[in-house]
Amino acid sequence: MTLHANRRQFLTAAGGLTLGLFLPLNKRAAAQSVVAGIIQADEPVAATFEPNAFIRIATDDTVTVLVKHIEFGQGTYTGLSTLVAEELDADWDQMRAVSAPADAEIYANTLFGLQGTGGSTAIANSYMQMRQAGAAAKAMLIAAAAETWNVSADEITVSKGKVRHEKSGKESGFGALATAAADVPVPVDVPVKDPKDFVLIGTDRPKLDSLAKTNGSADFAIDIYRDGMLTVAVAHPPKFGATLINYDDADTLAVEGVAYTHQVPNGIAVYASNTYAAFKGRDALKVNWDFADAETRSSAQMTQEWVEAAKMGSTVAEESGDVDAAMEGAAKRLSADYTFPFLAHAPMEPIDGVIEIRETDAGREAEVWMGSQLQTVDHGTIAATLEIPQDRVSINTMLTGGSFGRRAQPGSPVAAELAAIAAAPDQAGSYKMLWSRSDDIRGGYYRPLTAHHLEAGLDADGNIVAWRNNIANQSFLRGSAFEGLIQQGIDATAVEGSTKMPYKWPAHRVTWAEMQTPVTGLWWRAVGHTHTAFATEVFLDEALIAGGKDVVEGRLALITDSPRDAGVLQRLADMIDWSGPQEPNGRARGIALHESFNTYVAMAAEVSEEDGRPKVHKVWCAVDCGVAVNPNVIRAQIEGGVGYGLGAALYDAITLAEGGEVQQSNFDDYRMLRINEMPEVEVSIIASTEAPTGIGEPGTPPIAPAVANAWRGLTGESIRQLPFVGADA
Amino acid sequence: MATVTIPTPRPTGKELEEALDDGITRVRVNGQDHELTVDPDMPLLWALRDELRLTGTKFSCGIAQCGACTVMVDGVAMRSCVTPIDAVDGSEVTTIEGMDSAEAKAVMEAWVAIDVPQCGYCQSGQVISATALLMENRKPSDTDIDEAMVGNICRCATYTRIRQAIKDAAEKLEA
Repeated sequence: MTLHANRRQFLTAAGGLTLGLFLPLNKRAAAQSVVAGIIQADEPVAATFEPNAFIRIATDDTVTVLVKHIEFGQGTYTGLSTLVAEELDADWDQMRAVSAPADAEIYANTLFGLQGTGGSTAIANSYMQMRQAGAAAKAMLIAAAAETWNVSADEITVSKGKVRHEKSGKESGFGALATAAADVPVPVDVPVKDPKDFVLIGTDRPKLDSLAKTNGSADFAIDIYRDGMLTVAVAHPPKFGATLINYDDADTLAVEGVAYTHQVPNGIAVYASNTYAAFKGRDALKVNWDFADAETRSSAQMTQEWVEAAKMGSTVAEESGDVDAAMEGAAKRLSADYTFPFLAHAPMEPIDGVIEIRETDAGREAEVWMGSQLQTVDHGTIAATLEIPQDRVSINTMLTGGSFGRRAQPGSPVAAELAAIAAAPDQAGSYKMLWSRSDDIRGGYYRPLTAHHLEAGLDADGNIVAWRNNIANQSFLRGSAFEGLIQQGIDATAVEGSTKMPYKWPAHRVTWAEMQTPVTGLWWRAVGHTHTAFATEVFLDEALIAGGKDVVEGRLALITDSPRDAGVLQRLADMIDWSGPQEPNGRARGIALHESFNTYVAMAAEVSEEDGRPKVHKVWCAVDCGVAVNPNVIRAQIEGGVGYGLGAALYDAITLAEGGEVQQSNFDDYRMLRINEMPEVEVSIIASTEAPTGIGEPGTPPIAPAVANAWRGLTGESIRQLPFVGADA
Repeated sequence: MATVTIPTPRPTGKELEEALDDGITRVRVNGQDHELTVDPDMPLLWALRDELRLTGTKFSCGIAQCGACTVMVDGVAMRSCVTPIDAVDGSEVTTIEGMDSAEAKAVMEAWVAIDVPQCGYCQSGQVISATALLMENRKPSDTDIDEAMVGNICRCATYTRIRQAIKDAAEKLEA
């Protein structure tokens, strides 16, 4: 079975090579760093058998998987451990998971060419790697048993954590064989199971981290306390692109507990003996900022400029046929403009990290605890900032309180700020960087402000004969280490989902206008799909209705050569007994179909009107993500993706006032979906033998268009501007 | 650090009144007595975390908007991020680490049984709010659950499972 490269260039093998070229050369040296040693200090693993870089089997029978991906809620500890357990024929109860150290070679994402988590690739890139690791370990346990019992290896079976020799009646757990297995030569090319023999893959299994995340014992970066550690709050520029002129810290130093302040590249760092003093001291700074290069436009003004640019069209991202002629000859033409605000990720755990600088005989070294989503880039950034070799920096990737893309940054600004905080005092010590919620909401790295201009031409029978989609937004890859991923003038992350659509039209053109702003942008759960799914699925509904078509039948007619798209849409139609948008209970249903990260999702939302606003009661979802490694986790990610996308669609916008200051600062004015607003979610997973694909992101894009399409069915109104309601609801 | 954590007998009556005025905050946390000589305005959240190293209580918004910092103060669920340490002088605080009532155990068991947590960061607060609900109301309706849990944000949107787990815990407590 081969992994299909994701359509995003970021994820292709070529993309990985490109990345390598753009990374500092000293990254490669990092590969030589310690492999086995750096398991989180408070979770020592008594390993006696280390068959490979991913598995540790201890004499107490526990099997610990070193997980190369960050665990931030998507379930990767459970997912990767399932792959290992399957091939090892372990019992699920003996499985444990810990975070692997940062190591660009051993723990690389096989689709990226560096260690990192993104693009919903954790299972996709690990599927064969983890299974092979498990299969090799099992072969070594069998070889050890064969030698110990003096029997033929062929006669030994393994099941649920027990190694057995039927004829002699001998049986052993893994732990008792661990020492002997450690002396077995590492086998190569051990075959993995035929999927029909899967015992664990494809069945619901409890998550490995649920207990620790329920009783408060799970440690996040914010929970790390080192002896003598100082907590550091940084005053950041109040506008994007502003720079520091000077500052007065007299009042700050008067705050009990404040130790000192330092200027760092992104502001002024206040070091204190506790968090309360750090924030209080930070707030007491008097700072003069230079706004000469700052963004001073309001987001309303920017939106207008983005809309105008989208109307004009720009660099062609994809086209077929002669769209101008087809549009000209159409019997009926429709057009619509859609706008999408900046969005903050707002993970529950604010941006944070701990760094300890130690002076040793061999020179300065650093140990870091953080929620690193791109370990390789963070690793290089920290070493470069501290001006020490990368092999003297170790990173403990912590359990992380959400990210949704926030902690994967092309230029590693979070890691850079953490390292700069540690570098400034120029001495041994440990420091916890902690952002307040307001630092996070106002701190940029937003889903970019985006405008779409859509046009459709219909023939006399109502068939779509021409499709035009012009997009305007910024590129957050421009100027970063990932700039090489912008190819032929197109940043795929800005337009993905508007190109390579499953729908076939006689003529179409998709263009992208690159807009400029110092407001920092970033991928936000599902990246470009967060706006392309909405614009295309809402406009398609309008075009189908204008052509007199049923929105399900009409879509199915356009995707006859896309069986997996058709499969989820048909499944969804069956789930909801589709017969049109109106429901007898005064509610309406809307649907959306959108593939992202090679996972196919069809979604329906049932909506009523409450105080002039949409109230979403129930969501149905049919999903095809290839082999369903753990359906329990897949359902959870769809539920979560729906809630995340729905909250943003209903309420969220980061806006800049006249002059360029962000107008939101916390959960009171940047509003999160709450339990009373969460719809019931029903998920149906398509049975598949295709290689598994992503699930962390694909549940998010379809919810907003499904709700908007339901709202049109309910009220006749078309929603063309997000959010639907706004924060004051 | 300006912290003394020597267990002392809890004062009562007149002795307690005097103790409240002496600049030392005395709190019993998870059954253990502590004397804190920190800034009386320091939020209970930071006293618990930075001084007592009880890290299960989480910081997220700092303005009582999300519930991640929820703890029990004298049996009532409170947001520790906006509760000055001074305001809990002489009080009994229970954090997630000390939640061991029948209701708390039922809630936590139900949470794990259906894998409520995703990132897990908000869950200490969710568990405490759910426990507080079940202490008052053994048979909560959907509306009761909404009202009790609306102050606890989960960015992973584990809400459907939170609702289910509360119902499961309630059922178990009734049995």
